[in-house]
Amino acid sequence: MVIERSVVDHVARLARLDLSEEERARMGAELSQILAHADRIQALDLDGVEPTSHAVPVVNALRQDEVKPSLEQEESLAGAPAVEAERFRVPRIIEEP
Amino acid sequence: MSGRYETTVGLEIHVELATRSKMFCGCRVAFAGAPNSRVCPVCLGFPGTLPVANEKAVEHTLRIGLALGCDIAEHCLFHRKNYFYPDMPKNYQISQYDSPLCLRGHLDIPSKTGSKSIGITRVHIEEDTGKSQHVGGDGRIASSEYSLEDFNRAGTPLVEIVTEPDIESGEEATTFVTELRALLEALGVSDVRMDEGSLRVDANISVRRAGEIEHGTKVEVKNMNSIRSVGRALAFEEERQRRALDEGSPLVQETRHFDEKSGATSSMRSKEHAFDYRYFPEPDLVPLEPSAHWVADIQKTLPELPPERRQRFVSEYGLTPIDVGVLTASSSTAAWFEDAARAYAGDPKKIVNWIIADLFGLLNVAGIELSACRIAPPQLAALVTMVDAGTISGTQAKVVLAEMFRSGSPPREIVRAKGMEQVSDKGAIEAFIDEAIAENPDVADKVRGGNPGPLGFLVGQVMRKMNGQANPKVVNEILHAKLLS
Repeated sequence: MVIERSVVDHVARLARLDLSEEERARMGAELSQILAHADRIQALDLDGVEPTSHAVPVVNALRQDEVKPSLEQEESLAGAPAVEAERFRVPRIIEEP
Repeated sequence: MSGRYETTVGLEIHVELATRSKMFCGCRVAFAGAPNSRVCPVCLGFPGTLPVANEKAVEHTLRIGLALGCDIAEHCLFHRKNYFYPDMPKNYQISQYDSPLCLRGHLDIPSKTGSKSIGITRVHIEEDTGKSQHVGGDGRIASSEYSLEDFNRAGTPLVEIVTEPDIESGEEATTFVTELRALLEALGVSDVRMDEGSLRVDANISVRRAGEIEHGTKVEVKNMNSIRSVGRALAFEEERQRRALDEGSPLVQETRHFDEKSGATSSMRSKEHAFDYRYFPEPDLVPLEPSAHWVADIQKTLPELPPERRQRFVSEYGLTPIDVGVLTASSSTAAWFEDAARAYAGDPKKIVNWIIADLFGLLNVAGIELSACRIAPPQLAALVTMVDAGTISGTQAKVVLAEMFRSGSPPREIVRAKGMEQVSDKGAIEAFIDEAIAENPDVADKVRGGNPGPLGFLVGQVMRKMNGQANPKVVNEILHAKLLS
């Protein structure tokens, strides 16, 4: 499956990624390879195989309940497209029916 | 009317866990504060960051599961619940899906027949969302122009407790939430403040004609912000559904919003279509496998739970089920009572009466909880002991209690400062009685002549002379002995 240029543009826009021409071309090729690999896995007969959620045999990775410094408010809001009243301003959530 | 219908209720309860830091990152957990000041790259969902689960939150969840008699999973996973709503910066919530940490438990609640067991389907760990504020229109989401997001709460450890549809009325739901709240408080896993959102209740309710096997159309009710609201919202919904069945009008499966002011529920419309959350295992969190050793350790440290405590209060203190219900509705109230009762040599029932009849009144007026009260429990015992000894009268004790409540001073100090000490010493009283008799010889003669009527006048004279501090019982006894025997 080949990822077309328009799909790369669309995904980049959704992910808010500002990619150069060169990067767009490379992403198109890499995404195509990844999907091709997924297609190969899809084609396998996996009936009776336990789903593998994790590839490493590790369990119970837990952390102590300790407070670590948070970002400063200015830092946390720095990447927001719009800020109002110290909050992230987002477009209306629900369209009128 | 109610006999013709059967109501079925199941509850979903979200509880914010009392941890210092968030579920998957080190940001502090707190209520209110400057917006977006307790966030970091992990809870803001920046690419390349990795969540790590908070051990304390897992431990709290295990405590809840064990206290509810659940089976603890030997192996469980975290899943991503994907949804499109801006209150989670990641666009998914980390939750547990088909392998929750705790399964199949029960909570026994008081009922008319003594006790009823409500099944617990599951208890799982997830993370709380941020808080949205809708701007423009009438302030509700559908009419708003845009929204503002504060992510301080996003990532707060949250537990979801789901019950079986074993609850049969709004009243029973109220009892269940009260009991669960007391249990969670006793476990020390949450501050269980419904007004601050650390305990949130959603309900699924349906009504069917008595004897029908199929459940009626299920309606989900949200936005019940107090235990009382749970009862009110479900009573309203029960009635609305019964009327619809009576009239033969169709009921739709929907989510309804409870309005505190009107006491009514209304359709939320916005979320009617079932979401496909595209759950999949969270690749960034490895499976959780609590060891048998860890689980056993937690089991050992479980405190006395409300159902056990209720039984003990009846057998140990001889209290009535109603008194016990009031005292054990909160663990801190129960502990306060026990501290007072242990410091008191008389009948614990008297301590209960002072707490329920007098102290609760003062707390209500001040709008505070017993745990925030300035009276130390042994001081109430000291006060009641002074009444028993006749040092002060019951009426005076109420005044002293109010002063103890205000200042936190010990009762003995207040009684002394106010000059309230009752004089019960016979010698001291007798001197004043002799004086009163000498000053009113004709009244005394009438009494001696067999007419006890004017005795009250003489008691009044003695009380006046002693500034009301004489023990009236002793005054009466001495007067009787002197004039009528």
